[in-house]
Amino acid sequence: MTGSSANSQAGSSPAGSSSVGSPSAGAWEELVTAALLGTERRTPAGCPPGRQAPVALLGAAAVETVRRRAGLRPARAATRPEPAAADPRPSLPPAAARRLALLLADRAGTPGGSGRRGTAPDLMELLPQWLAAANTHGYAAPPQTLPALLDAARGRTDLRPAALAFAGPRALWLARLNTDWRFALRSTPGGGAALPGVEESDRIRRLWQEGLFAERVSLLAAIRAREPAAARELLETTWSTERAEDRLMFLDSLRMGLHAEDEPFLERALADRSRNVRATAAELLSALPDSALAARMAVRAGACVALDHTNSTDVTNSGGDGTKGGPALVVEAPHECDAGMERDGVVAKAPAGRGERSWWLGQLVEATPLGSWSARLGGRTPEEIVALPVADDWQGELHAAWCRAAVRQRDADWSRALLGGPSTPEAGGPGAVSLAERAKLLATLDSAERAEWVAGFIATHGLSEAFQLLGVCAVPWAPPLGRAVVDALNIARDAGSYPWSFSGVMGLAERCLDPSEAGRLDGLLAIPDEGEDASPGAGSYWAEAFQRLVGTLRLRAAMAEELAPGRSAGNA
Amino acid sequence: MTQQGVRWTADQVLALAPDVSSRKAGSKLGAAGPWSEAGSTDEGTVWGLCKGSGSKPYQTVVDIADATGPAYKCSCPSRKFPCKHALGLLLLWAGGDGAVPRGEAPGWAEEWLAGRRKRAEEKRAAGAAGSPTGSGDPEAARRRAERRAERITAGATELEQRLADLLRGGLATAEQAGYGLWEETAARMVDAQTPGLAARVRELGAIPASGPGWPVRLLEECALLHLLDRGWLRRDELPEGLAATVRSRIGLPGSADGPPVRDHWLVLAQYETADARLTTRRIWLHGAESGRTALLLSYGAAGRAPELALPVGLAFEAEVSVYPGAGQLRAALGERFTAPAPTDVRPPGTTTTRAAERYGEALQGDPWLDSVPVTLDRVIPVPDGRSWQLADTDTDLALPLAPSAVAHPGLWRLVALSGGAPVTVFGECGHRGFTPLTAWPEGTAGQAVPLC
Repeated sequence: MTGSSANSQAGSSPAGSSSVGSPSAGAWEELVTAALLGTERRTPAGCPPGRQAPVALLGAAAVETVRRRAGLRPARAATRPEPAAADPRPSLPPAAARRLALLLADRAGTPGGSGRRGTAPDLMELLPQWLAAANTHGYAAPPQTLPALLDAARGRTDLRPAALAFAGPRALWLARLNTDWRFALRSTPGGGAALPGVEESDRIRRLWQEGLFAERVSLLAAIRAREPAAARELLETTWSTERAEDRLMFLDSLRMGLHAEDEPFLERALADRSRNVRATAAELLSALPDSALAARMAVRAGACVALDHTNSTDVTNSGGDGTKGGPALVVEAPHECDAGMERDGVVAKAPAGRGERSWWLGQLVEATPLGSWSARLGGRTPEEIVALPVADDWQGELHAAWCRAAVRQRDADWSRALLGGPSTPEAGGPGAVSLAERAKLLATLDSAERAEWVAGFIATHGLSEAFQLLGVCAVPWAPPLGRAVVDALNIARDAGSYPWSFSGVMGLAERCLDPSEAGRLDGLLAIPDEGEDASPGAGSYWAEAFQRLVGTLRLRAAMAEELAPGRSAGNA
Repeated sequence: MTQQGVRWTADQVLALAPDVSSRKAGSKLGAAGPWSEAGSTDEGTVWGLCKGSGSKPYQTVVDIADATGPAYKCSCPSRKFPCKHALGLLLLWAGGDGAVPRGEAPGWAEEWLAGRRKRAEEKRAAGAAGSPTGSGDPEAARRRAERRAERITAGATELEQRLADLLRGGLATAEQAGYGLWEETAARMVDAQTPGLAARVRELGAIPASGPGWPVRLLEECALLHLLDRGWLRRDELPEGLAATVRSRIGLPGSADGPPVRDHWLVLAQYETADARLTTRRIWLHGAESGRTALLLSYGAAGRAPELALPVGLAFEAEVSVYPGAGQLRAALGERFTAPAPTDVRPPGTTTTRAAERYGEALQGDPWLDSVPVTLDRVIPVPDGRSWQLADTDTDLALPLAPSAVAHPGLWRLVALSGGAPVTVFGECGHRGFTPLTAWPEGTAGQAVPLC
């Protein structure tokens, strides 16, 4: 406020502006000066000098203080911000809004670190799921929750896309007013302004030519999602003038919606000045089975891997189930990395500790269309090919390269073949195909098949190796998978170990198990009698962990129910 | 009243928490997991068994409809009040997902409830029987009051001397003297049994370090302290209302002996201020029929939450009685007739100009007043450099926010709620600026949003 009848030296009133010339402004300033210096040095006008001066000064200051405060008036308004864009989405049902407030209230909680987690659900872990569900229904966030949502998204980058989508246009409006939330503007194309429509070619062109790097990346990605060819054409307009790092990022955006039409452009990029750009172009081309590069790689790889019928009796059969005397694969790795190979993206220099020839072989096989192997190896199916014995210890190298190819080309048949049966002994141990690779291979299968494979794996091998594989399964888990996990947890409990050895899987189960499975867990909530060889106290810890699991599942069911449209329970 | 009618929101439940850690712990317990045999009645009793670390679950029961505020009972060993179990139980109930069905209270809960009701009944009967206040000898009480007044007079006289010394040597020396000078003086005022003067003196100590403009603020506060001293020393010459204000500012206990006002009271705001010794909870009420604003104060010793808790945005029917003093808004809560329930009532709002005028007018009755409660109608939060304002929608006038309000996270809830559009804001308006406490979105829909 500024004083109009009474004021004010700068900084003395909140607004700090003064109306100089008001009758008592001078008197007040004189009092302040006298008070600072002391009445021994300065006596203000109207006060008697000497012993009574301080009291007289205080009396005069009291009158002025009350007068100044009583005379306060509103200040002139500063420039108002543009109002936030309207959010047309429907508002949350009341129960869901209450739930959100609870989930956000728990945000500051620091899970983990303190050992036992007790029986209460970890609300922060449920926030991503809640946000995803709310976004599926298309609700608008209650405005007053936006600061907490933005703070949560600021602390956890994994939460950002869903949190910002839910927070909507008003969050971006807010973010412009608070530097703590600037990330929201960076994470959103065009700093929150809507992306230009396809028809607005001028705006697109201007943003592409003048925008910040992040804006350009977002723009390219957005157009690519809408109209893949248009994105590539836009990129081509400035390609030759972009910096190498930028070229790499832009090229990477073509990964989405990759199509045979992109081949000519990618072929040209194979001649790029930057080695990283060349390698990325080659990788993208090799994911196009009909590309010329893929064909060239197929020829090169084909020359290295052959079916050998003659010498089969000498082959040591690592699978152990082949018949002696059957055909086997022989591998003749390349002896050099020629200029053509380098041009097609093969990296000539092997990393430390790897043989050059096997390094080159791996890259060739990885970039070869998997479909070409069947013709090359006597019309065999992927299963039959993978089952072939491989001479001279090349099996690991060859199978690993096929795995990478299956992932890159998203080939479910080959993935299935390379994964093998989930219950084979080799699946659980360090075979030719690592767990990390299995997880990637699984991701190429459809979700039902994926869940079934992992369920089979858990049934045979237990939970200790399953964490990575569970991570790629669709949420909520399909019934067979959920049952397999619960059974395995039950077995682990009966075996007498402590539940925290399984805390990772337990945490996943809390987030991923289908809430309708909660009833199946009822039998596990009680504290079991302690077996002789059980770890002390393990039973009650398990009961606690299962209680938390059931509690979390019930909570998730409630969350989903609250978000269902048309639900009007609870008070308004 | 139906259960739907009294069900609270999670925010309202969490506002009962004595501190941040029990807020957190309570919200973790607000899920079905650890609870069993939970239930509630339409009258506002909620109970449940909560699985703890021991073999026997804790028995938790809350009576929200109690005439003296929510009452809690839990068999856990926590000394916090309410404990996390009580909070968790209320959250579970507030969540409304069927985990707390209606039912009949089990024996252990019923026993406690019956005991409480019986005690309350006895108390009311005793009050009605008209036991004269001031047990003991009225003559002795008068002598005690006289002795205390003498000590206060001695304290006020000493403080006057110290203020005069300060002004004689100059405020500039106060900057060098530092905090110790004021701590010692404050201790003398505690000895003189005048907590009001002691608190004001202690605040003086913080001013020299409070940034640019401190000499002005220090002079203002010294002058008002001087005014209070003089008011006490010459209290016999003051009009009764002002004399009562001086007595309450000095720190003499008054009693809420104003006539009880029965009304539907909307809870406008609830917030705490705390120092090492004491937590003070301030609750602002608005009477829907009388149009009055009343302030309830509730205190908690260190580490304990003040007992009285009322969820913002709900309304209840009750009697309140005001304390003596000119323009005093402080009141005491008397009998409560209903439990807090959601309401559409909002306080009538006013303009920024009128808000500033109200503060000026209130200073006539109480020159030591820092702020008055005001509801601003149709204002827009506007950034102003590093500070913020609340600007009228229809004029070019604005009230600046108090510096403490700019630093408070509630500011961003207010800005988010507004989105650049008008909102209704209740808060405290004074010489430091406006402190927003609660806001409502425009239009009739939309709940109160607590900002403090």
